[in-house]
Amino acid sequence: MSFISYLINGISLGSVYAIIALGYTMVYGIAKMLNFAHGDVIMVGAFTIFYAVSMQGLPPLLGILLAVVLCTVLGIAIEYVAYRPLRQAASSLAVLITAIGVSYLLQNLALLIFGANTKAFTSVVTIPAVKLADGQVTISGETIVTIICCIVIMIGLTVFINKTKAGQAMLAVSEDKGAAQLMGINVNATISLTFAIGSALAAIAGMLLCSAYPSLTPYTGSMPGIKAFVAAVFGGIGSIPGALIGGIALGIIEILGKAYISSQMADAIVFLVLIIVLLVKPTGILGKKIQEKV
Amino acid sequence: MKTDKIKLNKNFRENILTYGIVILAYIVIQIMIGTGNISSLMQGLLVPLCTYVILAVSLNLTVGILGELSLGHAGFMCVGAFAGAFFSKCMKDVITVGLLRFILAILIGGICAALIGFLIGMPVLRLKGDYLAIVTLAFGEIIKNVVNVLYIGKDSKGIHFSMKDSLSLGLEEEGEVIINGAQGITGTPKDSTFTIGIILILLTLFIVLNLINSRDGRAIMSIRDNLIAAESIGINVTKYKLMAFSVSAALAGVAGVLYSHNLNSLMATPKNFGYNMSIMILVFVVLGGIGNIRGSMIAAVVLTLLPELLRGLNNYRMLIYAIVLIIMMLFNWSPKLIELRKRFSPKRLLKKTREVQ
Repeated sequence: MSFISYLINGISLGSVYAIIALGYTMVYGIAKMLNFAHGDVIMVGAFTIFYAVSMQGLPPLLGILLAVVLCTVLGIAIEYVAYRPLRQAASSLAVLITAIGVSYLLQNLALLIFGANTKAFTSVVTIPAVKLADGQVTISGETIVTIICCIVIMIGLTVFINKTKAGQAMLAVSEDKGAAQLMGINVNATISLTFAIGSALAAIAGMLLCSAYPSLTPYTGSMPGIKAFVAAVFGGIGSIPGALIGGIALGIIEILGKAYISSQMADAIVFLVLIIVLLVKPTGILGKKIQEKV
Repeated sequence: MKTDKIKLNKNFRENILTYGIVILAYIVIQIMIGTGNISSLMQGLLVPLCTYVILAVSLNLTVGILGELSLGHAGFMCVGAFAGAFFSKCMKDVITVGLLRFILAILIGGICAALIGFLIGMPVLRLKGDYLAIVTLAFGEIIKNVVNVLYIGKDSKGIHFSMKDSLSLGLEEEGEVIINGAQGITGTPKDSTFTIGIILILLTLFIVLNLINSRDGRAIMSIRDNLIAAESIGINVTKYKLMAFSVSAALAGVAGVLYSHNLNSLMATPKNFGYNMSIMILVFVVLGGIGNIRGSMIAAVVLTLLPELLRGLNNYRMLIYAIVLIIMMLFNWSPKLIELRKRFSPKRLLKKTREVQ
């Protein structure tokens, strides 16, 4: 029975990874850059909710809404100030380093405003835990909300990309920027929209992550950010179903590894599985194979 | 024939300039120490500074010359640091001459890191671009994690090894635990000095600059510029990729040995051997100019000193560091700003007057 509860925990953690990985994967697909600051947007979202709900006593839903709006604005602003000037740069590494700079900036801003000590995040989920199989398996309210959120976001995003004009524009830009521009698509606006969606998802991920693991520091976002990045690569970076598969797989591997092999080695196991997957399938599970031509 | 000679001379001059900067910096700092014009804080920073310079130069070999993005450089440094410190602690009583022991430790650290680099490089270098980056990041984290659960002890029967805890080593009473899991190695002899650091920098520069200007180096750069073209003219891509990667790892290992012999207790934390460190080294390389050895050296020094110089601003210093980093990147790499800079650059104005003459 403990195996089943570990599995459920794994799926729950994996769902959070999947939501974060979506942000990575969409940005990568469209702007071909690794947004290292994404993890810190999660932290900003979580801190906003902490500030609004725990410190100001606002209702949780309002706090979440505030976090989503703030992160969306932040995402657009970061793209506009730090990434857009470097889009045509000679080396793609330049924008990667700028992203790292933005990540340092957000961490240190949070450090200045909220201090370095760990904050106890009060869960914003009020659904009671569900007991199954005569109380042997307990599913917490956070887990239920996380999994539902993940499913809703996945369906919503898939519908958005395949059925709306803006979504189709995103696909077009990720396929070929120049051609998309010739077809009358506003490339800059589309990239901004991608960053907005990714950052809004990061705010939700921050809420879910800190509800399940209620300790909040300015560095909270960086490790889940890296893990989600791994998840995105695992599933095939640029692919939305890939982010889901990668995230869930990573969550399950991490929790089971912690439970059955070694809690200290859990991260190493996650990374080892990633390496093995990439060596067998060099572009991730659902990644497209790119034929290189001279 | 004549153009050949000039080109060679230019290379030679550039290299002499690079070595000269290092030697000049050494002399200036020695004079400052002699006249007492340098704070003890800065003196404590000298050896780490050498470490970062070596790391930046060695990573530039992978990123700038080979053209592959590696985010696991701190992992190789970790291997070198622990291998070197392990050797030094084992041999503390056997080899009493500090310098000899340290030279051997450096060799061992470098060789171990090169070996790990070679083993990792063999499967990994088949991947490309961002996939390679994430796998090197993963390997760096794995190395750090494994070192954290590693227990090695020594007694009269030889060396014992475990990955559980120090008790399961089964040591005799007089046995000694050398690597104690997450507590790492304590009591490494403090052999690192600024002078040795500078000598190691010069050695690193010698190796890297000579490699770049050799036949092998040109083969490596041809892989960076066009892999398929390089392959089609008969360059053994795997061999040269592995060569650059292993040399880079070995030099990172040497930096690790220097780092570990400057500390009393060596632990593998996310801060010193995690991906944060790897990223910091990458920042040196990219800010200094990808493929520009002298640039990465200068960037490493400036970015290490910057937070220390801003110490007076205490809480704001890392914030300013971040802002400076972003602005420098935008200024260095944004096509529009480069255009703007060119218009007002003194070099161009000089050239213009020369052309007129």
